[in-house]
Amino acid sequence: MRSSGVLSASPQVTVAEPLTRRGTDALNDRIAALVIKGSAFVAILALILIFVFIGKEALPVLTSPEVHEEVSLRSLFMPQTPEAEFTWQPVSEHPKYSLMPLLAGTLKVTVIAVLIAIPLSVSGAIFTAEFASPWAREIIKPAIEILAGIPSVVVGFFCLMVVAGWLHSAFGWTYRLNAITAGVGLALAVIPIVYTVSEDAFSSVPQAYRDGSMAMGASNWQTASRVVLPSAMPGVLAACVLGFGRAIGETMIVLMASGNAAVLSFSATDSVRTFSATIAAELGEVVVGSPHYFVLFFVGAFLFILTFVTNLFGHWWVGRLQKKLQGAS
Amino acid sequence: MFDRTRLAGIFFQSLTAVACITIVAMMVIILGNILIHGIQRLSVGFLTKAPMAGMTSGGIFPAIFGTFALVLLMTIAVIPLGVATAVYMHEYAPKRSRMVHLVRLAIQNLAGVPAIVFGLFGLGFFIEFIGRGMDKAFFGGRLVYGQPAIIWAALTMALLTLPTVVVATEEALRAIPQSYREVAYSLGATRWQMIRRVVLPQAVGGILTGGILAISRGSGEVAPVMFTGAAYFLPELPTRLHNQFMELGYHVYVMTTQSPDVEATKPILYSTVLVLLMLTFLLNFTAIMIRARIRRRLRYGR
Amino acid sequence: MAAERTEISFSPGSALVCAEALYVRVNHDEILKGISLEARSGEILSIIGPAGAGKTTFLRCLNRMAELDPDLQISGSIWLDGQSIYDASVEVAILRRQVGTVFSVPIPLPMTIFENLVFGLELSGLPSNRHLQRVEAALRAAYLWEEVKDRLHEPARNLSGGQQQRLCLARTLTLEPKVLLLDEPTSGLDPISTAKIEEALQQLKSNLAVILVTNNVKQAARASDRTAFFLFGELIEFETTAQLYTNPRDRRTADYISGRFG
Repeated sequence: MRSSGVLSASPQVTVAEPLTRRGTDALNDRIAALVIKGSAFVAILALILIFVFIGKEALPVLTSPEVHEEVSLRSLFMPQTPEAEFTWQPVSEHPKYSLMPLLAGTLKVTVIAVLIAIPLSVSGAIFTAEFASPWAREIIKPAIEILAGIPSVVVGFFCLMVVAGWLHSAFGWTYRLNAITAGVGLALAVIPIVYTVSEDAFSSVPQAYRDGSMAMGASNWQTASRVVLPSAMPGVLAACVLGFGRAIGETMIVLMASGNAAVLSFSATDSVRTFSATIAAELGEVVVGSPHYFVLFFVGAFLFILTFVTNLFGHWWVGRLQKKLQGAS
Repeated sequence: MFDRTRLAGIFFQSLTAVACITIVAMMVIILGNILIHGIQRLSVGFLTKAPMAGMTSGGIFPAIFGTFALVLLMTIAVIPLGVATAVYMHEYAPKRSRMVHLVRLAIQNLAGVPAIVFGLFGLGFFIEFIGRGMDKAFFGGRLVYGQPAIIWAALTMALLTLPTVVVATEEALRAIPQSYREVAYSLGATRWQMIRRVVLPQAVGGILTGGILAISRGSGEVAPVMFTGAAYFLPELPTRLHNQFMELGYHVYVMTTQSPDVEATKPILYSTVLVLLMLTFLLNFTAIMIRARIRRRLRYGR
Repeated sequence: MAAERTEISFSPGSALVCAEALYVRVNHDEILKGISLEARSGEILSIIGPAGAGKTTFLRCLNRMAELDPDLQISGSIWLDGQSIYDASVEVAILRRQVGTVFSVPIPLPMTIFENLVFGLELSGLPSNRHLQRVEAALRAAYLWEEVKDRLHEPARNLSGGQQQRLCLARTLTLEPKVLLLDEPTSGLDPISTAKIEEALQQLKSNLAVILVTNNVKQAARASDRTAFFLFGELIEFETTAQLYTNPRDRRTADYISGRFG
């Protein structure tokens, strides 16, 4: 730094100080930049590694001759034997691996959950955004946050111990635990996501739209259903897609509340078993490197790809519709 | 005609109110039920003793301890990683850069990967690949790290909670006025000095929020730790990174589904669930409070 | 950055900071169209011109803050004491310690007054036993010492707007810069605060080159020794203030200072 001699009134030659000194600060800056860039890459790396390592353990189902003695891609999806067409019996003398009962179970439970959750949470979101008074909002929003914060194992526990009993005594189904009990539980996990994302969508509709509609004499409900809902549609659809993704992958609730019977049926009151529950229930006891082990990873890979595609599609869909909406307004 | 549309409007409008009431009611019923049944057996002894007599008596101390140990390890891993990722996206990478787009996409998708898939990944990558590899390299093939262990469970959980931390930190970074950064630069700060002395101190609330939400999520999730380190029943506390451990959520699962005598286990089970719920709520509540403060600041420019 | 000139003639009173053919582009718009300008220690150089003239951009080129916006393409050269500041070997942080900046609105960092003042000193690695002396000198130079000497550990936010801006001035002076850049520093301030800052600048100019961007024509007239008039990224006229205000060569200058546009 300059000496205080420069404080004299007349300007004078200042010795050029080098601007190029590189101290430890500059070095730290470079190290920090490297570390931070590296850390950011971890998220990408993690996704790639998940893909690679689940794929690696799933691949023998397609390629290994030893595995093919017990299971092949064909037997996973096609009828196996005339008497046991679609059977998931991995632990037996002659293990049978048909994914069809699991696929049916997953679809059944997911569809039931989504059918319960979407109407409830989307109309709940409309109410909060359009009709509710501020004090009602102050109750609903924290309630949703609390619901979202309940661990899924607790929801599963509650369905198993309480909801199943209620439904059983109300309807007298043959199986205490079935696709509906699991679906109800799953809906509890899906509601907060669908609600939050669609509520955001409703709230982001410009107030001017509502004012314009009201000015033309439309009622509250007409404004909400004909103006707000269509404008918020991309967000609501995204909410549904994300809720669907959540439902497909959720494990603990279906593991505890579905009855876990891998039977191919289309009745909602039969016990079912989903992909995720199958992995959770069986991976603990499986021999690493056995065909069963590889098949479970194959199921995992299937689940991963399914949710991955759902998510990608969801985000792409939102982006596209948003662009359209912006272009229109 | 006019009256009919009006009535229909009122009808549908009330339907949406009913939907809201239903959701709130569900929440109240779950909490109320668990609180009523769970409070009966809750005591100091319950929190400080190990399970006894086939989990029909005693307490849940090992599960509480294990959960704390798990989330502590997880936090150590996920906070630096998550904060650095958010800082990279917000402070380092040029806007609209390809890399930011990719990282954001990865975070979004990571957030959507089912918990059970993380469990599979933990088993396939951390245990079978890294753990086995470490055993071969350092322990002469003896089984030390190539099996379920708390460190692998914690790392798996860290990946699962990474998006939570990143998103919360990013929100906090956005709340910091750009002018602070300019002032720091104008006073001769390098980028790292600017981040360390201006950005990070200002973002501490958001980082805390993210961390707490991650801990809350991590202490409740079961699927990722089922195969990567949680033990069915293990009175000994984990003292080493390669030990197994008991986890509250997993303990609930085990007691619910595999107890030899469900009726005898029930009171303990309810109390365990209550403890787990209180733990996650306490964490969530704290996070929500901090986040509300940050949002207020963002809105009113302090 | 082309550095065809490696040395610069240098004599007492000659330019400390010197821009040569400075162009700044965003996409295909030219914000600065070949500005050549020099500022000496011992004088206040003011830059006037209507909004969008490129005054702020020019200022931000002098301390290399402009490059924080990746969309800006900068070409031309800027020399500080004969060193090309856009040279690849220049450490930007060190440059910015020598080229102090005061922004158009007071931006105290969310810390105490004292922490604000030592912020730059701590970054520069100056031993902390010398901080107090620097802080006092800077506060006195910014006419703020008497007002804050007993409340240094209060949050800087507690100060009034005018005090905050003088704090920002003092904060950059702690680093004893060679050049002081001010970007409409008094635009939001009352006349008394404005007068204090202008007075401080008059005292400071003997030690450093002061470049004052202002859209207040009168401020430039009363506070500066030389004035540059910018219009749409071009340097229209660059003269001693007396000359420019009494006898402008260019019609547009005359129109602007007489208030016909801007």
